[in-house]
Amino acid sequence: MAFAKKTGPGGKGRGRGAKAAGDKKDGQRRGMFRRRKVCKFCAERIDDINYKDMRMLSGFVPERGKVLPRRISGTCALHQRKLRTAIMRARQIALLPYVTD
Amino acid sequence: MNDRKYELVYVMKPEATEAEVAEMQAQVEAIIARLGGALEKTDVWGRRKLAYDIGNHKEGFYVLHVIAGSGELMKEIDRRLRNTEGLLRHLVVRIDESDRKAERSKTIRVEDSRRRRVARGLPPDRQPGEGPQQADGDDDDRDGYESPEA
Repeated sequence: MAFAKKTGPGGKGRGRGAKAAGDKKDGQRRGMFRRRKVCKFCAERIDDINYKDMRMLSGFVPERGKVLPRRISGTCALHQRKLRTAIMRARQIALLPYVTD
Repeated sequence: MNDRKYELVYVMKPEATEAEVAEMQAQVEAIIARLGGALEKTDVWGRRKLAYDIGNHKEGFYVLHVIAGSGELMKEIDRRLRNTEGLLRHLVVRIDESDRKAERSKTIRVEDSRRRRVARGLPPDRQPGEGPQQADGDDDDRDGYESPEA
């Protein structure tokens, strides 16, 4: 069946994450262009997203100074919200830029 | 109502002398003492480059305080800092609740993993020489897409 439940090499078939166009045919997702994105904070068990931790935050603030969107970073909704607050606080005390141009 | 905890960060002008910095800290301490709080920690970060120019300053002198006290106290501090010369920015953040939450989710996680290990007939804590944590085959990192740290 064309739309049989997808069971990739991982076997989980949780249906989450990035799907490449050619997924179904070769049934091999790995080694293609995308991977299933995982929330960094969930994966590394970071409970507290702190506005003082510049090393961590700067990874989520690209050059322009905007907040890296969830669809790119793969951060889960809960942590994206916390991340946003942290970034906004850091901006207030000039640890991070509002805009760079 | 003294079980709250706050963080106060302020940014002084970079040309502030050591005496001025000390004076600023003394002022904060005086307010805390007057309104019945406790200064738990002081952390002087020192001069840092600002992410954006404030006035014509490109650098600032950062100081962090951790204060236990009431909301009234922080309101007063905020009000005073607002009218203080030589201060570029300041920020007050309440931290006791978020600290507690982080603590709780951590204990929940630890207990969960212990329970699962016991259910599998293992000792509750990881033993030395048990090998690395089994990775989920799905969570593959090698795909050529740079993670945000880059």
